[in-house]
Order: sequence, then structure tokens, then C-alpha cells
Amino acid sequence: MAEKVLMKGNEAIAEAAIRSGLKCYFGYPITPQNEIPAYMAAHLTKKGGTFIQAESEIAAINMVYGASCTGARAMTSSSSPGISLKQEGISYLVGAKLPAVIVNIMRGGPGLGNIAPSQADYFQSVKGGGHGDYRMIVYTPETVQEAADLTMKAFDKADEYRNPVLILGDAILGQMMEPLIFKEPSGRTFDKSSWKLGNRKDRPSHLINSLSLSEGVVEEWNWELKKKFDLMTEKEMMVEEYLTDDADLVFVAYGTSARICRAVVNQSRKEGYKTGLIRPITVWPFPSDVISKCTRKTKDFFVVEMSLGQMIEDVKLAVLGRASIHFHGRPGGGIPAEPDIMKQLKEIMKK
Amino acid sequence: MKKVYERNNIALDMPSPYCPGCGHGIIHRMVMDAIKEVGQADNTIFMAPVGCSILAYTYLDLDVCQPAHGRTPAAATGVKRALPDSLVVLYQGDGDLAAIGTAEIVHAVNRGENITAVFVNNAIYGMTGGQMAPTTLEGQRATTCPEGRNPMLGQGYPIRVCELLQSLRGLYYAERTSVHDAKNVLKTRKAIKKGIENQMAKKGFSFIEVLSPCPVNWGMTPRKALEYVEKEMAAYYPLGEFKVDGKIV
Repeated sequence: MAEKVLMKGNEAIAEAAIRSGLKCYFGYPITPQNEIPAYMAAHLTKKGGTFIQAESEIAAINMVYGASCTGARAMTSSSSPGISLKQEGISYLVGAKLPAVIVNIMRGGPGLGNIAPSQADYFQSVKGGGHGDYRMIVYTPETVQEAADLTMKAFDKADEYRNPVLILGDAILGQMMEPLIFKEPSGRTFDKSSWKLGNRKDRPSHLINSLSLSEGVVEEWNWELKKKFDLMTEKEMMVEEYLTDDADLVFVAYGTSARICRAVVNQSRKEGYKTGLIRPITVWPFPSDVISKCTRKTKDFFVVEMSLGQMIEDVKLAVLGRASIHFHGRPGGGIPAEPDIMKQLKEIMKK
Repeated sequence: MKKVYERNNIALDMPSPYCPGCGHGIIHRMVMDAIKEVGQADNTIFMAPVGCSILAYTYLDLDVCQPAHGRTPAAATGVKRALPDSLVVLYQGDGDLAAIGTAEIVHAVNRGENITAVFVNNAIYGMTGGQMAPTTLEGQRATTCPEGRNPMLGQGYPIRVCELLQSLRGLYYAERTSVHDAKNVLKTRKAIKKGIENQMAKKGFSFIEVLSPCPVNWGMTPRKALEYVEKEMAAYYPLGEFKVDGKIV
């Protein structure tokens, strides 16, 4: 049996990536994700992989673009301001149909903000922070174990769809230590011979590109991409429903906020309140159907986020006026406190 | 009968997308010839820029990667590190390399990436229609400096890229050449070949800057444009070697 280890979230992500066959990591220092590049510098190079501390986040994402062109598994990580700088590169990765794994360990913003945990990059992550019509799978791990598991999954999904995949965590997930067991990577292999660059023998030349000035070509390309996004929507949504069957009120929260809400659910049930939790594990594709179905029995949804309220817009679209939606949010690095949520919950339940 | 000239089979049978009198075609040809001469066509990854020469892929029978504007040296780094035995040829214009992508070229050189860069300096943004480039000469007109580039108006000075990169220890070889006449075309051919051979011998970063005419955006006839390269550009951008075998010349 695999050994149980105690690790920080950032380190677990890095180790899981290496175990998934990561060949090239490129990053730039920014708190609170610095353990990822440090881990890569110490461990990835020993496995024969490449680690480069790039001159900027922009350079790092473009190094990922180059490495991915050759078929190598490639990754970068950063935190909110640095992820903003990578948006151009993410758009290009989608446009050129290149797999990549990107990790955002979110911190408080806007601007330079602070280094405290935050979930304020939700819009940027799921609504396309870069230009053009594009989508990518966004995983939001709640625990260090899940961070490692989803990192492994992210590499497979990136290759399967030839599309970047984002792992969206926050400073708490990145910095906290928890015990975990590394699962065996899937071992799935992906045939990239029809598009990758280099080592050309008896085949036509390959082009990795996102430009065409000929009429209608880019529109057609977008329709092709849409087919892929539709398939992801259909097949890749992940959600956890916790005690929702008999719930009068259902929390909707992801990542660290979901952890806090789970504790509130447990405590409030002890006090006689029937509450539950819908935890999106992918925030794109978003579990709209699960929330929508839940409105048949639950008339109160309580969204908790470490932001001024971003995911709540997707919850509203899923609920479509069929239930009341309540909100508790803490922006700029603030962390929702259980007693505050409990107090608000009791006020809602009084009505 | 002795064959004295042959089409390079790396060039696909397509019309050139470039304007009459443009230098890109001849520089492409020399890059293709060098790749062919060293027998590396199947092992080459051509790194295109954003600019006029983004269209290189339409007629190069090579694997081509086209990254974002200015980011080509970073993407080339990714390619080369993933496939160290491949031949990676970077091809960039002045706006791409010396304005938006200044950080990327400086740091790719500084890391001593084992790649070959061909930097085409025609002192103008061609594809977007003739805006001022970082290498536009003082007094030279462009759509965004219609009175001629004037550093006193805050428009900056033309950047001498070879001189800028020369001090970096990661740079193994740098030469500035020109394509304004046959003699200099041959020198350019030699420099490109040398840059590619350096990479194959794993020597490090080779940088070849080529002064090149853009008659359409300069508002000149092709012949006048060649004279401009010779008399004006080469006067400000001296031709010759800047670094050989890792040593400043």
C-alpha cells in the first residue's frame, strides 16, 4: 500500500505533477505558491525533467507553449497577479490546441493586494480571463489529498482535450499541511504524433498556430473548439453533494469555503437545522443541473465565497428564480468565519 | 550538364506573401539553404514571430511554431529544452524582438539557450502598416512619427540590439549583416550558416541581425530602399561581428 505522507498543498501538487510524467516546469516567484517552483527545482530536475525560473510569468507560460508543442507534459504555476499576466498565453494555448496544466494559488486582490487566501479570481478562471471565445476545465480542490488527485487528473484531461486545464486553489490550500496518499497515476498514454513538432520522419510538416487571415477559417475553428467545450461540459463536470437529500437550506461553496461550510453543516445539524452542501469540484464546467434539480426540494441556497460574490452569478443562473439565494463573502484575503455564517444561517431559517 | 541552381525543396510551391523589394524572401531562402546544407530539415523547428514573417509557415516545409507577439524566444526555450537535439531557429522582426519581446530575447540569450536567432531589422512595423519601430532611425518617417522620429519629442532612440546583447555572457556568437547588395547577401548567408552550425555543435546562443529593406512602408522604390539600408541604416547600425566564440569582438 502506498505510504501516507504529510505535505503542504503546494508540494503535493508539485509531487503529483512529477508522478504524472511532467517533463517541463516553468515558473516565476510569487507568494503563496513558491513551494511549487522550489519543489520542481529540487525534484523534477533529478528525474531528468526541465525546470526554469523564467524572467516573468509571461515568459513562463510561453515556455509552456513551446514545450507543449513538442508533446511534452508541461506546467506552470503562479498566484493571482501572476496569473493575470498569463492570460494571453492561456488564450494562445486554447487557440493552438495545446495541452498544459496551470495552477493558481489565489491571493487577495485587486492589484498587488496581499498574500492572504482569496477566491476572487473566479470570473477570470471560468469566464475567460484572456481574449476570445474559450473554455477550460477548472478544478477546485478542497483538501491536499484532492489537490494531488486532481493534479494527476488535470494532466490526463489536458492531453485528452488538447486544452489547458486550471487548478484553482488558494493560499490556505497551498500552505497547509495535511496527510495524503499519492494515488497511482492513470498511466493513460495519448498519441500526439498527428500534431506535435520535432523528430519529423516521413510525415508532412506540422504547424502550431492560432492565426488565419483567410475568410471564415477562424469562425470554423471556433465551431470546432465549441464541440470540444460541449464535450467537456457533458463529461467533465464534478460535484460533491453533502447531506442535501433532506436539506431545507443548501450551501454552495468550493475549495476552502466549502471546507468551512462543511463544518457549518455539521454543527447546524447538531443544532437541529437541516442543511447540506453542494460543492463544485469543477467550477467550469459548472454543476448547474445539480443545483437546478435541487431547487425542487430546497428553497434556500446559501453561497459562501472568499470574494465579493462571483460564483453566485452562476448559482443564480442555475436557480433561475426558483429559490432564494443568500450570500456570505469576504474579499481581499478575508476568511469566512463559522460563527458568522452560523449566525446568518439562523436568521435565514427564522423567516 | 552541370546543375548550378536548384530550388530548395524546403520552400513549398507557393507565391511569396511579401511585398516587392522586401528582404524577408531572400533571408528566408538563406535560412532554408543553411538548414538543408546541414541536413537537418526533418529535425528543425522554425519559431515564427508575430509580424510580416508570421506568414513564413505558408511556404516553409518545416515544423513551425508560432507563439504570441514577442514571446518567441520564451517558446523557443520551451521547445529546445523539451527536444535538446532538435535544431531550433528563431526568426523575429524588430517590433517583435526589440519592443514587445525585449525581456524574452535578453533572458533567452542570458541563459545561453542553444538556439539560433535571425533578427530582421527593417526599422519599421511592416504588417500593421508602417508604424515606428524601436529601430526606426532618427528622422525616419513612420505613421506614428509622421514628422520623422525625434528623440527630443520623447520618441526614444533607435536601439542597437547587437550592442545591447553583446555584454551578456550567455551570447556565443553575434553578427550584424545586411542584404543590400550581393556581397553582403553572401556575408549574411555565411553568418546564418555559422549560427546554425554553432547550435549543432551545442555552443550556445547565436544571434544574426540582418538589415533589410521595407520599400512599401518606407515609401521608396526597391532600389532607393537598398540605398537607404546601405547609406543610412548601416551607418547607424555598423556591420560586422560582435561576438565570436563567446568573446567580444
